[in-house]
Formats: sequence, C-alpha cells, structure tokens
Amino acid sequence: MNAQRKQRLTLVLLIVFGSSIAVALVAYALSQNINLFYSPSQISMGEAPADTRIRAGGIVVEGSIRRDPSSLKVEFDITDYAHSTTVQYVGILPDLFREGQGIVAQGALDGSGRLIASEVLAKHDENYMSPEIAAALEAAGQMPHMPPTAGKGY
Amino acid sequence: MPRWFYQLASPRWCYQITGKLLPGFSIAALFLIVGGTIWGLAFAPPDYQQGNSFRIIYLHVPTAYMAQSIYITMAIAGAIGLIWKMKVADMVAKCCAPIGASLAILALATGAIWGKPTWGSWWVWDARLTSMLILLFLYFGIMALNSAIESESTAAQSTAILALVGLVNIPIIQYSVDWWNTLHQPSTFKITEKPAMPPEMWIPLLILVIGFYCFFAVTLMMRLRNEILRRERRTSWVRELLMQQRG
Repeated sequence: MNAQRKQRLTLVLLIVFGSSIAVALVAYALSQNINLFYSPSQISMGEAPADTRIRAGGIVVEGSIRRDPSSLKVEFDITDYAHSTTVQYVGILPDLFREGQGIVAQGALDGSGRLIASEVLAKHDENYMSPEIAAALEAAGQMPHMPPTAGKGY
Repeated sequence: MPRWFYQLASPRWCYQITGKLLPGFSIAALFLIVGGTIWGLAFAPPDYQQGNSFRIIYLHVPTAYMAQSIYITMAIAGAIGLIWKMKVADMVAKCCAPIGASLAILALATGAIWGKPTWGSWWVWDARLTSMLILLFLYFGIMALNSAIESESTAAQSTAILALVGLVNIPIIQYSVDWWNTLHQPSTFKITEKPAMPPEMWIPLLILVIGFYCFFAVTLMMRLRNEILRRERRTSWVRELLMQQRG
C-alpha cells in the first residue's frame, strides 16, 4: 500500500471512529429520552414526571385485572418484579393483552402514582413456539409465562 | 493484495465475471425464495401466542437483514473506492443504494403490518423503529447526493463519505433493543445462543435469508452491468460487444 492510499485509509478510519464517538456521546446524553417507557421501579422512585404524557412498561400482574362490568373501564397492575404500578384504561385492549404479558401504556400519572392510560400496547417477546410445544411446556410447568387460555374473557 | 482484487478494478473483467455468475445466483434466488415462502407460509406451525400473524416474519426479518447488509456492502465499497480510487467499487456503492432503500421500505412496511395486530399500533417511536427509519433516510440522502453532483468521481467520493458516517447507525439498529427499553422485542437469533424458536420455524426463515442474499447479488450484478456499460460506452470493448450482439 503506498503512502497516499495509507493516508486515505487513515482518513476513512478517522471518519468512521469520529462519527461513532460523536453519536455514542449523543446517545449517552440522551439515554433516558431514547427509552420508550419508564419501568414501575423508576415510577415508584419518582423518576417519571407527573401530569405529563409518559409511557410505562411492565408485565401484567397475575390476577390484578379488574374490569368494570358496565363499561370498557379496566384496571390492572404492571410490574418489573421489584415494584408495581396501577394502570387505568378505558378502551379495547390489544389481542395479545393478558396476565403475564409485557405491555406498554401511554398516559399521565395522577397524584397517587396511578397511570391513567390513553393507549395500551402489547409487547411480545422473542420466543416463538408451536401451540403443541406450548401446551406440552405448560403441562410440565416449564412455561416462561402464561399462555393464552381460551374463554377467559381477555 | 491478491490478484483478483486488482482484477476487480477492471470494468471489462467485472462485466464478464458477473455475466458468468448471474444465471447461478438467479436460479438459487428463485428456488430458495419460492421454496422458503411456501414452507414458511403453508407448512411451518403457527405461533402459540400470535397465531398465523407471526408468518410475516418470513418477509420482515430477511428484508431487515438485507437493508443493513446492503448498507455495510455500500459503505465498504465506498471506502475501497475512496482509498484505492477503484471505479468499479464506486459503481457497486452507487448500485447498492436503491436496492437497500427498497428493502428498508419493505422491512418498515411489513413491520407496521405486523405491529398493528400484535402491539396494537402501526408505528411507535421506539429506538429500533426510529433507527431503521433513519437508515431509510440515509439511503435516500445518499441517492439524492449521488445524483445531485455532475462529476461521477466527485459524486462517488461525497456519497462514500456520507455512507461511512452513516455506518454508525448499523450497530445502533442492531443493539437498540438491548441498550434501551423498546416495544420491539429483542433478537430471536443470537450468535452465542441457540434460537428462541423451534427448527421447523427457523429453517424456512434461514432459507429465505439466504435466498434474499442471492436476490441481492442478482439485482446488484444486473445494475452493475448496466452501470459498467453506461460508463464505458466509449471504450473499444463495449463497442465490440455491442457490434457482436447486433450480429
């Protein structure tokens, strides 16, 4: 490699490393803003601002879903297995919403630390299984989280 | 540097070798994509949670992989063009951009179609989706910059620098799901672990990913051959070739 090519190679490497460092610093400075949602722990420690639109994400606690029989109002707790937050929502929940499912809710915190949600999104995980395997795992008690149970109403 | 590396620098040699490689890659792409699609859509089992809507993975994952691989190819070709002043490398970089942009659009569109039934939303501004959108805009920027500059060599230099600066986005796309809280799930396939998916689901996906790589090779070679003929139209070998084809 002659001197001129070596010089250009150095320049190319400088561009790549320089821009990587610049972007890494920006991403580090913005790290909290890049997160899509606050975890229940962050909310309980007061890291999430009140009275403004935020998102909260966590796993729906088993047996915490309380439905109003006369309207679409629903209340449930989400947890990150350290703390939990109550979410209140009026509307139709996504198909994947169920106990043990990860969800992301958008809304505002009221005075008592409860999230009044205007939108609830289901977060699915990276595990894929055929229904037969899921049924076998469930029978063996090896399921990472609860599979859908038909006829439960949500 | 090995001999083939310098041979690649010759547009004529490049035109001949791509002509020989094209039929093989075309047949491979056709069989792998058709076979993988039929296997994935008709024979792979449904997901226990998402049912049949998960099958869009067979289009979403290969297109998303390709959009990133093509970007890396383009940036490497651009760097080779910058350092060694190799015309063919500049042409490869130029031909990559529209292919990568189309596959990025497909990845974003299939992701949105998947997001609606599973998440409940077409689009969320989380780190994975946003960085993928930035990748699409980088492709658009590179295509626009390339066509805005009259001189071929200046255009190639400027786009190579833009492509190299944008390269930083690739690890961000890849690791966004691990570094930040995102709605998009983490990768199912990791180099260090076995896939979080049974083989009867991931084998058709693997076939489709290989098929899409072949498809990229085919479209890149076709575009490259056109580009070589266009730029070398005044040379004697292109004229001879055209004379031969006219008979």
